Amino acid sequence: MKPELAAAPDARRVGSLTLRERVRRLDTKASPYAYVTPFFALFIAFGAFPLLYTAYVSLTDRNLLSPTTHFIGLANYSALFHDSYFWNAVENTLAIWLISTVPQLLLALGLAQALNTKLRARTLFRMAVLLPQVTSLVAVALIFAQLFGHDYGLINYVLGLVGIHHVYWEAGRFSSWLALSTMVIWRWTGYNALIYLAAMQAIPDELYEAAVVDGGGRWQQFRHVTVPMLRPTIIFTVIISTVGGLQLFTEPYLFDPNQSGHTGGSGRQYQTVALYLYEKSFGSSQFKFGYASAIAWSLFLLIAVASLINFLFIRRIRSAE
Amino acid sequence: MRFSRSRRGRSAVVAVLVTAVVAAGYVATTATAKSHDTTTLRVDLFGDFGYHDLYKQFEAAHPGVTIKEDIESYADHHANLAKHLATHAGADDVVAIEVGFIAQFAAQPQNFVDLRQNGAGSLKSHWLPWKWQQSTSPNGAQIGLGTDVGSLAICYRRDLFAAAGLPSSREAVSKLWPTWQAFIATGKKFQAKAPAGVKFFDSGSNVYNAIIGQANPGYYDKSGKVIAATNPAVRNAWNLTMQGIAAGQSAGLSAFSTQWNTGYKKGTFATVTCPAWMMGYIQGQAPKTKGKWDIAAVPGTGGNWGGSFLTIPKQSKNADLAFQLVKFLTSPASEAFVFKQTGNLPSEPGLYSSKPIASFKNPFFNNAPVGKIFTTSARRLKPQTLGPHQGDIQTASSNAIQRVEQGKQSADKSWSQFLKDVKNVS
Repeated sequence: MKPELAAAPDARRVGSLTLRERVRRLDTKASPYAYVTPFFALFIAFGAFPLLYTAYVSLTDRNLLSPTTHFIGLANYSALFHDSYFWNAVENTLAIWLISTVPQLLLALGLAQALNTKLRARTLFRMAVLLPQVTSLVAVALIFAQLFGHDYGLINYVLGLVGIHHVYWEAGRFSSWLALSTMVIWRWTGYNALIYLAAMQAIPDELYEAAVVDGGGRWQQFRHVTVPMLRPTIIFTVIISTVGGLQLFTEPYLFDPNQSGHTGGSGRQYQTVALYLYEKSFGSSQFKFGYASAIAWSLFLLIAVASLINFLFIRRIRSAE
Repeated sequence: MRFSRSRRGRSAVVAVLVTAVVAAGYVATTATAKSHDTTTLRVDLFGDFGYHDLYKQFEAAHPGVTIKEDIESYADHHANLAKHLATHAGADDVVAIEVGFIAQFAAQPQNFVDLRQNGAGSLKSHWLPWKWQQSTSPNGAQIGLGTDVGSLAICYRRDLFAAAGLPSSREAVSKLWPTWQAFIATGKKFQAKAPAGVKFFDSGSNVYNAIIGQANPGYYDKSGKVIAATNPAVRNAWNLTMQGIAAGQSAGLSAFSTQWNTGYKKGTFATVTCPAWMMGYIQGQAPKTKGKWDIAAVPGTGGNWGGSFLTIPKQSKNADLAFQLVKFLTSPASEAFVFKQTGNLPSEPGLYSSKPIASFKNPFFNNAPVGKIFTTSARRLKPQTLGPHQGDIQTASSNAIQRVEQGKQSADKSWSQFLKDVKNVS
């Protein structure tokens, strides 16, 4: 409002403004918008529009194989609600996410604490934990699928040495979740550890000195100084891991030994929601885009709810203040 | 794939996109500027079809025509074609479709040039009857012309057969299994004396798919209705496969998995349903097994696994010229040429008695007369009506068979879930 108020008394003088003054005025008013336009134009084209269009498509029976599309209201959502394969996928996704994220973040926290001490070749170790992150995801999934192989997998070989019978990792429900979680943990622990490490280095030394003066040991320093000071960072990593973990796709897709990897195993034992979405859209020849869009929006809601619950839960970590 | 993209990552993507759009615009303008004197035909394949010298011949015969080839991976290729057809943009002038996808695309004839309009109907007699029918739409439109076929035989390990006390010469082995019942019965004999850790066949679904391929009708009846649940032939194929699995004949491996490849190297299965292109695959996976393999006839009445078609999407701006190219690439002379280049078996039986094919032997497979074996099998196969969800039904059946192989479900429970899945996808 302010600029307009200021401009009002000038209104009568507008006619006498020089061209240069007008350009300058236009410049101060319009150019900020011009600066932010590229982002918003691209965001609308590649972010907002697909999002809203997907919402619209989810209300139709759009199918690539049929030339006509009809508006069917919430029929896709009610069908989804009664689709046992969808709920199976939700269950798998939440389970894999839980058994991958919790150990991953705890490990990352421990790792960050270890890297924060005066180690020899510290930078080398700090770089090393990031290595899994720069490895191609496809390579990771393929190699882990081999490690977890039934007959010739390295893990079964080692288990065999101590007399444990071969585990059919891919075929079992819990065992396949465990295998997939291992991939996720291996890949993302280092990434989270570095984020924690950065936050740890920002904690003022005085707090630790005060803790020492008060007679706090290393564990007490960690619990009562480090973790509370990391609270905002922990919230950040938990939310990011939730968003990423619930969209898990490539790992289960490539873990399936079948050529059509979109069912997540013969009994759908590790089919995630993202994989089910793919099955209904491009993975098979069903091309049920309306239905797949409904899955996409349901996944969005699932992530929003899960993130909110996490946020409320993590917020209970005692604040540093 | 974890989508925690940073904003920087996203703007990098955007930058690439913008460049691509600008570049595409540039290419488009130069293409139109030149279009007065030259035409570019784009051919979209999912592997090397051995066409390069044929393109040169075609270009020489048609001055001003340039042919460009795009190659994508098998899965991407067909998914992208579906997208291009749905958005009416982006498809090449000539697009190859593999037999596993042909029924799905034949169900949308509105998106392809009906080659009968170009007079392809008069060429019908060139092709194996079932090959011709596979690219015929339910409404009669001909959306593609056949390139190669896989045909089907049984590759078997002579050494393992001998070790289990079975005959090992290919004539005697072929006589062991005139039918699929006899095949499973042979498996029982094999398994009784098999070397430790060796199974009769690699995977239940490979056997099952071969049996289904001979059924007439299979999953679809002539009107295009899915009859998987009521067709006794489907149930029969299932029961036979289940008998084999129950008798411990299956190694329980999925085709093309790393475990399957290892199985070839370690010799953990004695037979595999074997199209012509599988010979190269086995040779590549297990070069040290040279001479241990041989090839016998497939039980029942012939078979096929693999092979492709060339189609012309309706959005092509050079459809008539594209047809000339398709006709040329699928002509008997070209298919004979491709056979020499890549070993892909022609789909035109007129060539089967020609010398290079009829006398073709494979030293890796104990000098089996593979030219004769595979062409006989391809000739014997009867046409079967396919449908748009053929591939999905096959995925469901493979999963169902694996559930039994992995001991997760009883055969009956798995069957009823299979029928439920079929209902769901079709």
